[in-house]
Amino acid sequence: MIDVKNISKIYGDNVVLNDVSTSFEQGKTNLIIGQSGSGKTVFMKCCIGLTQPDKGSISFNNREFSSLNEKKKKDIRKEMGVLFQGGALFDSFSVEQNVMFPLNMFTTMSLEEKKERVNFCLKRVNLKNVNNLLPSEISGGMMKRVAIARAISNSPQYLFCDEPNSGLDPKTAEVIDALISEITEEYNMTTVINTHDMNSVLQIGQKISYLYNGQLWWEGDKNTILDTDNPELRDFVFSTELTRRIKQPSA
Amino acid sequence: MLLFKMLGEYLLLMFETFKRPDKGPVFRRQLMIEFVGLGIDSFGIVVIVSLFTGAIVAIQTAYNIDSPFIPLTMVGYTTRQTVILEFSPTIISLVLAGKVGSRIASEIGTMRVSEQIDALRVMGINPPNYLILPKITASMLFNPVLITVSIVLGITGGWLACVVTGLVTSEDYILGIRAWFEPFTLTYAMIKTVTFAFIISSVSGYLGFNVKGGSVDVGRASTQAVVYSSILIIIFDLILTQLLLV
Repeated sequence: MIDVKNISKIYGDNVVLNDVSTSFEQGKTNLIIGQSGSGKTVFMKCCIGLTQPDKGSISFNNREFSSLNEKKKKDIRKEMGVLFQGGALFDSFSVEQNVMFPLNMFTTMSLEEKKERVNFCLKRVNLKNVNNLLPSEISGGMMKRVAIARAISNSPQYLFCDEPNSGLDPKTAEVIDALISEITEEYNMTTVINTHDMNSVLQIGQKISYLYNGQLWWEGDKNTILDTDNPELRDFVFSTELTRRIKQPSA
Repeated sequence: MLLFKMLGEYLLLMFETFKRPDKGPVFRRQLMIEFVGLGIDSFGIVVIVSLFTGAIVAIQTAYNIDSPFIPLTMVGYTTRQTVILEFSPTIISLVLAGKVGSRIASEIGTMRVSEQIDALRVMGINPPNYLILPKITASMLFNPVLITVSIVLGITGGWLACVVTGLVTSEDYILGIRAWFEPFTLTYAMIKTVTFAFIISSVSGYLGFNVKGGSVDVGRASTQAVVYSSILIIIFDLILTQLLLV
């Protein structure tokens, strides 16, 4: 369970996050949606400790995180897996070395045990025979899957994904969404995903938080989002031709 | 103000860098990788520049000796002194600032813009310690090896030039390089080398680590790494010379 209480972040005169409070439950896929510039990325950076909020607090299973120093944050960070927008794979490492990296740093496993774990994680994200390839030698979708494998290799309790579908075709995006959702349930993780992809919203959004101009504007799930009467959210949700057709199937 | 801001950022980064590594074996593996990348891969350019510059110094010295009262052994002596005191530690360090400095800044800068450094931090790893400390350590340990090789090759280049051109006999040259040898000159050269190695690796690491933006900014950081390292090398060359030789 992640509790976010009254966080605000201001850059100069620009209020990027304004008194945002929410919570993310364990075993659920939580989505943060909003237009570009709405504060999604800053919100996620606050959650994972890359940005310090000016006000408010973030706690992981009742352990306060945002006010801790770097050294003390380390223990909670070991329980996090993060999937960055571009994958953020280490380009001088092979796929196997990338997935093995958290195990090298934080476990006392033998090389054999680590290799076994790496192969298990790669198999879990449906990748085979890629162990010795470099990130530059695999496709964008495969990179995302390797990044997911790396994120789950150390059995995290919390998974954060920043726009996991950006730059992917709809079919591959659906596979990635399904994979994240399955892994969340399988390992009972608390998963938080930043996205503006409506397909993801409607496919895996067990809890959806809509950010608008840095404020939490609406909360609900994939079953209620299409029926919302919130004008800003309606504007966002029905901004694509696809969702407009869902709204008016006869049109 | 910008200078003070940069100095403050640099000192804070060094404070984070010089901490005990999270895992000894991982640090040692990174160190070995850097020995190869920053050290062994630089052998080629050091060999070429040292041989040719040693030869040029010897020929120019021989050309400038007009008086019959100055013995030709002075060519060997002058070449040795020039190579040990200034050419190898300073000029080769400037060459390394170009080769190694730009490599460090662009490597770390690319990791910054592609979120690899963020990935390290959220995994609970201290990125400056993981990325910069092995580079500084490798440079400070391996550059003295490169400079020693450079000194030997510079003097050898001078000898080759003298013998091939016939300006000075081999005996005169060897007599010259053995004359009035002061061992402290080697200590002075090594002190300069280690200082310059620290400047190159830490300044380039700092500039790469603080890249903001995209590929253009990585390129700019890479150029700045060479320029700033070169300027600092020259400034510290003067300071160390004043402190150690005068």
